[in-house]
Amino acid sequence: MTAVTTTAPRRPMLRGRFQGAALGMTAWLAGLLFVLPLLWMVLTSFHSESDAATNPPSIAASLTLDSYRGFFGVDGGASPWPALINSMTASVASTLLTLVLALPAAYALSIRPVKKWTDVMFFFLSTKMLPLVAGLLPIYLFAKNTGLLDNVWALVILYTAMNLPIAVWMMQSFLSEVPAAIIEAAQIDGAKLPTILWRVVAPIALPGIAATALICFIFSWNELLFARVLTGVVAETAPVFLTSFITSQGLFLAKVCAASLVISLPVLAAGFAAQDKLVQGLSLGAVK
Amino acid sequence: MTVATPPTRVAAAAKRPAARRPNRMRAWATRAPLLPALIFMILVTQLPFVATLVISFFDWNALYPDDRHFAGFANYSEVLSTPELRKSVGTTVLLTVTVVLVSLVLGMALALLLDRKFRGRAAVRTMLIAPFLLVPVAAALLWKHVLFNPEYGLFNGVLRWIGGDGAVQPDWISEMPLMAVEASLIWQWTPFMTLILLAGLQSRDSQLIEAARMDGANDWQMFVHITLPHMRRYIELSVLLGSIYIVQNFDAVYTITSGGLGTANLPYTIYQTFYQAHENGLASAAGVIVVIGSLILATFALRVVSSLFRAEVSR
Repeated sequence: MTAVTTTAPRRPMLRGRFQGAALGMTAWLAGLLFVLPLLWMVLTSFHSESDAATNPPSIAASLTLDSYRGFFGVDGGASPWPALINSMTASVASTLLTLVLALPAAYALSIRPVKKWTDVMFFFLSTKMLPLVAGLLPIYLFAKNTGLLDNVWALVILYTAMNLPIAVWMMQSFLSEVPAAIIEAAQIDGAKLPTILWRVVAPIALPGIAATALICFIFSWNELLFARVLTGVVAETAPVFLTSFITSQGLFLAKVCAASLVISLPVLAAGFAAQDKLVQGLSLGAVK
Repeated sequence: MTVATPPTRVAAAAKRPAARRPNRMRAWATRAPLLPALIFMILVTQLPFVATLVISFFDWNALYPDDRHFAGFANYSEVLSTPELRKSVGTTVLLTVTVVLVSLVLGMALALLLDRKFRGRAAVRTMLIAPFLLVPVAAALLWKHVLFNPEYGLFNGVLRWIGGDGAVQPDWISEMPLMAVEASLIWQWTPFMTLILLAGLQSRDSQLIEAARMDGANDWQMFVHITLPHMRRYIELSVLLGSIYIVQNFDAVYTITSGGLGTANLPYTIYQTFYQAHENGLASAAGVIVVIGSLILATFALRVVSSLFRAEVSR
């Protein structure tokens, strides 16, 4: 699908041009309004705690890195590194596992499709529509009985299940754009499926695979409910760390801002990198 | 998008009885790449639901594991008669409907603005996406502490700027708890709606628009007669997907109000029922009710996705 700008050539009337400028201004205002809380958060994170807690707000207060130092535990607080490393492990490992499972599945749904492949596609999609919270208790009991409680690998498995439908749908649409002739040629040359996937399909579908990976990463990184229930001291992830971060009374506004930004940074980076494919991932591949 | 239509080929081959056996093997060879993902999904997502369904018929408190017994539909009648649990059903519906509708209207307006050419359009688009890319917990903390704080939050700060020392300084979260949760969710989900609707707007037939303009249709006529009918499916899709995600919301409720002040929705209540009250049977019954509600939503959602999907495939 090509993105066509549908603004037809405007009648060269002064009123039309004025109207266009006004609408452009409105769009800018709306954009600024939406991003303002985020910008305010960035500014506050660089203020000292006492400057952050004034009313009316002090915009021009001097900047400092104190809250970032505080967040990273320089002055003796809990270090965020174990939680960040857990989140990274859970997100990266589940993303890889998702891709390893989704790529062959997408192949069997697009390039050499099984019978009734659309039914299979919709089975994957339907699992995404059931609320995870309804399976929470059995999963918790299972993890408890098998010693997987407070283990980051339990999250890897759950996040893979959470993201697999999205990945299958996205990859299916990317793989169906791979020309069939190339694959047939490889088959004639005697290449086996793993070789075909790895040497022929993957390189062509690489941008699509990368976008899928970024979206799986974002969802895994953001997840709170399962991480909250299934992890404790050892396997705590970054969002869980963030919710338990504000325990002390007193001023913490700047530190909360710094902590939230540091923990959101990987998602912000991945999201802006995958901006164009974000819609496709969020709509489970229905919109391109 | 081009997709091969294989079923006919396979079906035709299956009719020849002599070739049946190798064909069956070939069919399995075709299926093989699909199986790991399929089995994984069934094990991890379907089995727990079956377990939840079974547990929902038992009177089972984790603190008294010996006292576990079959209870029939007792958990269900308790879920539907306990005021807090019943209220959380209503809260879930209210929260979801409000957030989805407001985000949809805002998202539509923003998508229409972004569909026009203007200077810095890419920058505005990026600014609009930003709220969605904040970790949900971080976004909830931002609203709770940085914006809503009654003493030094930004909202009251701005009110004091405008109104001076006598300005009203509401305690947002205790005075309007549900609206506080909704506001933070609307801020995060409007970008989602905007992106889907914008994709819809950009897939309009440009020739049709051109032709309508030639015929002298004005902006409003074009919106009502061309844009809206075309956008119907995209609007349905964004409403349904938004509902599916927001019905399941846990992060905002947990972070902003901890389910207090009448903001506990079903996911939060289920979490609390089993994690803090250890009522396994009750939590499972509530879980089954959520599933039934979601299934109704999902049936419609699948229909919309499938109509868009088939339109893409046949293109």
